[in-house]
Amino acid sequence: MSFSRRQFVKGGVTAFTFGFAAPQAICDIAFAQGSAARNLVVVYLSGGNDSLSTIVPYLDPNYTVRRPTIAIPAANVLQIGTDSSGVALGLHPRLTGLKSIFDAGRLAVIQRTGYANQSRSHFTGFDIWGTASTSNTSGTGWLGRYLDSQQMPVDPLIAWNTQRETPRPLMARLVGVPAITNPATYAFSSPNTGVEATYERTAQTKISSHIPVDRPHLAFVNSQTQAAMNTLDRVATVATYRPANTYPNNGFGQALTAVAGAMNKRIGTKVFWVQTGGFDTHATQGVNQGAYFNLMATLNDGLKAFYDDLSAQGMLSNTLVLVYSEFGRRITENGSSGTDHGAGANMMVLGGGVRGGIFGTAPNLNTDPANPTLENSAGDVKYETDFRSVYAKILDSWLGANSVSVLGGDYRTGAPNIL
Amino acid sequence: MLEHILRRMGFGASPADLASWAGVSIDTVIDRLLNYESASTDHDSKIGNPAYVGITTASGTPFSPNTLINDARQRWLFRMIHSQRPLEEKMALFWHNHFATAYSKLAGAIGQERATRLMDNDPNSLPGSPAGQIQVLREFATGSFPGMLLAMAKHPAMVYWLDSQLNIRTRPQENFGREIMELFSLGIGNYNEADVYAAARVFTGYNWQVTGDRADVQNSYYTFLYRSADHDTNAKTFTFAIYPNGGKTIPARAAAAGEQDALDLILALARHPATAQRLATKLYKFFVNETSEPDAALVNAMAQSYLANNYNIKAVLRTLFQSSQFRNPANFFQRYSWPAELTVRSIKEMGFSGLSVNTALTPMSNMGQQLYEPPDVNGWELGAGLISTSSMLTRMNFAATLAANQRFNLARDAQPYRATPERLLEYMLARFPSIGFTSTATRAMTDYLRSTAWTGTDAQLQTRVPGLARLIVGSGEYQFN
Repeated sequence: MSFSRRQFVKGGVTAFTFGFAAPQAICDIAFAQGSAARNLVVVYLSGGNDSLSTIVPYLDPNYTVRRPTIAIPAANVLQIGTDSSGVALGLHPRLTGLKSIFDAGRLAVIQRTGYANQSRSHFTGFDIWGTASTSNTSGTGWLGRYLDSQQMPVDPLIAWNTQRETPRPLMARLVGVPAITNPATYAFSSPNTGVEATYERTAQTKISSHIPVDRPHLAFVNSQTQAAMNTLDRVATVATYRPANTYPNNGFGQALTAVAGAMNKRIGTKVFWVQTGGFDTHATQGVNQGAYFNLMATLNDGLKAFYDDLSAQGMLSNTLVLVYSEFGRRITENGSSGTDHGAGANMMVLGGGVRGGIFGTAPNLNTDPANPTLENSAGDVKYETDFRSVYAKILDSWLGANSVSVLGGDYRTGAPNIL
Repeated sequence: MLEHILRRMGFGASPADLASWAGVSIDTVIDRLLNYESASTDHDSKIGNPAYVGITTASGTPFSPNTLINDARQRWLFRMIHSQRPLEEKMALFWHNHFATAYSKLAGAIGQERATRLMDNDPNSLPGSPAGQIQVLREFATGSFPGMLLAMAKHPAMVYWLDSQLNIRTRPQENFGREIMELFSLGIGNYNEADVYAAARVFTGYNWQVTGDRADVQNSYYTFLYRSADHDTNAKTFTFAIYPNGGKTIPARAAAAGEQDALDLILALARHPATAQRLATKLYKFFVNETSEPDAALVNAMAQSYLANNYNIKAVLRTLFQSSQFRNPANFFQRYSWPAELTVRSIKEMGFSGLSVNTALTPMSNMGQQLYEPPDVNGWELGAGLISTSSMLTRMNFAATLAANQRFNLARDAQPYRATPERLLEYMLARFPSIGFTSTATRAMTDYLRSTAWTGTDAQLQTRVPGLARLIVGSGEYQFN
């Protein structure tokens, strides 16, 4: 995993030298990219979301048979209608906020997304979803390639990673995405104060601005320092953002607050990466309380607060949120009232420009090994929609990019009509 | 060369460390660092001694490294800084990443006291108490790999971390069965889903139990329990050889003898050439070079040493440390320092009198490496993955914290070199070794020293020397090991 990253660094280092705009030009670029630009917020559910518990085929008789202790009772789900195959679906009972967004026609759920011979490994699965490739999972990410396709020089804040580590999807050849976990602590400190600290900051900037082409790894490290030094002051303005409504007081809520703040302060960021973890629910998922219920609470409350905040600010029409995970989970619960690693899963898309509704068809959960909606001897959900067709739709119809070149292939056919 | 050896086989060297090794041949240095069994283990007795780095306890609480995770983190950093067996701590860190287990999941289930014991209990702390997971990894650090695999499979920290206690005959649960093959031994591509099912069934019945008074969280602890009634007694067939004769099926066994299943599988995994190659590659990247393709000849030689010496890790390390590649200057500073390595090395080189290691805990977390809290079972994202804008800000700002803390010591040490900024810079670059600066960068440093006219007075040294130390330790050039 990390070895591959180094390979990418090596390939991209010459470009790093020229990839960053000089500090003076940054404000102009940010202004030009401006508030009117659309943005994409990717929310990754880390650990493999049990999407049969997120969007429940609650009338499928095999659902309760195969999940005797974790099935959500039909009476509890938040009904959202039936899909094109006539299967009745309901959201997890804790997703009341998402239900209201669905009812407003601004949430699209896409069932059974995935790819052929789906990996059950967290790490390989994440890299496949990240690179949009099942064969070369160690290269650049699909979002990174989108960033690389932007006109250079690119503003260092064109993308914003709310995690400490750069995830595979954001790995680019030309663009180093800043990791800004908390705008308030994204600051420069010195053993000295006043003008002495200023001297030091000037020297630090000079030292890191030297990006030697013949030493690619050092160049990479210095490019990260340089991006940090060049963006400190603008990120500091984001730290002053105070949303009018209340976000949940957890990492997910804080990350989404920073994203809304960046939008509010007109930073010009086009791609945000947000994630929330704990979805590897091998045990005690629970029904009306417990691990999965809490995961849904975090997801629902964060997204609803974010949606309401943007809505109140009139920024919803510029924002698209994509929610996905690296795989779905086994259909039959395991002996610990949890679920093991599976295959096909749901994606969700929400925002002001989204055509809401139910896309794709639910799996039939009967255990006949020949059941065409399942795989692995009817153990796991078989994909129906290639996840890359959803990426393609977003790239082409939302970001105005060329999905064929970004994804390295034509995935436009069969894309759900979510936009 | 000596600094390189001490950086790689340990966590760097303070000026006093360097002095203590002066005149010793490199072969001897390597031999003593590798064969550390006779070296002193009295480092913990120095905790609290003002000649060593300090620790900070929560108010009103005695230092409790076996039952409070924050204190455990301080003790481990103290050992990394002061242990007479630096390779033991280095390997413990390596294996911590390999068998990555996170405290928070354990604490959520059984509370902080017993979870801390599970992570790193020192058996001397409580009669009869078993070693915590990291302490077990210290004991096996350069020992038998199958022994370590088995000890991990049976360690209650791992049992709970990967849900083995829920993996029972009637409903096998695959979490541990999958990861022992994907991450702890073979690596992906050497097994299939059927093997995952079979491996899960092998470990059915692995469980844990409380020993001692359940209500007394300070003095009770978890131990391994094999529940034979939960074990799947049927035969288990794999796609790869389990036995030296090529047999791929673990035979059906009585439940009482079912623990043998795991021994058979673990030995098969340890013996597999893919495991040998994977461990050798991982160790090569950790000790030699991770910025270019591994040297196939050395990796193969390491894998051969492993296979020819009963899967013994010291044999692999001996091949590695005695190789010309290990000492080749072209491989110096060709690894991205892990946050723990950067933290300890910068403390050793900057100085630690009057410093508490507690100061380092939050920065390490923000650099992306909180001890006992890897992000997931795959361990930390290493190499270039450690570097981002926010982790670089944290690394720079930690350098600022250390430099401010050592302001007067740094200024005093610099006095003999105060004549000119160039002379001072030469001293500082030698004190804080790095991959090397270009003349553009060193000019930025002398320009900094001359931000106002250079006088070399004590007052100026007390401002600019810590400032310069921060610039060097916070530079990209210093982030390599």
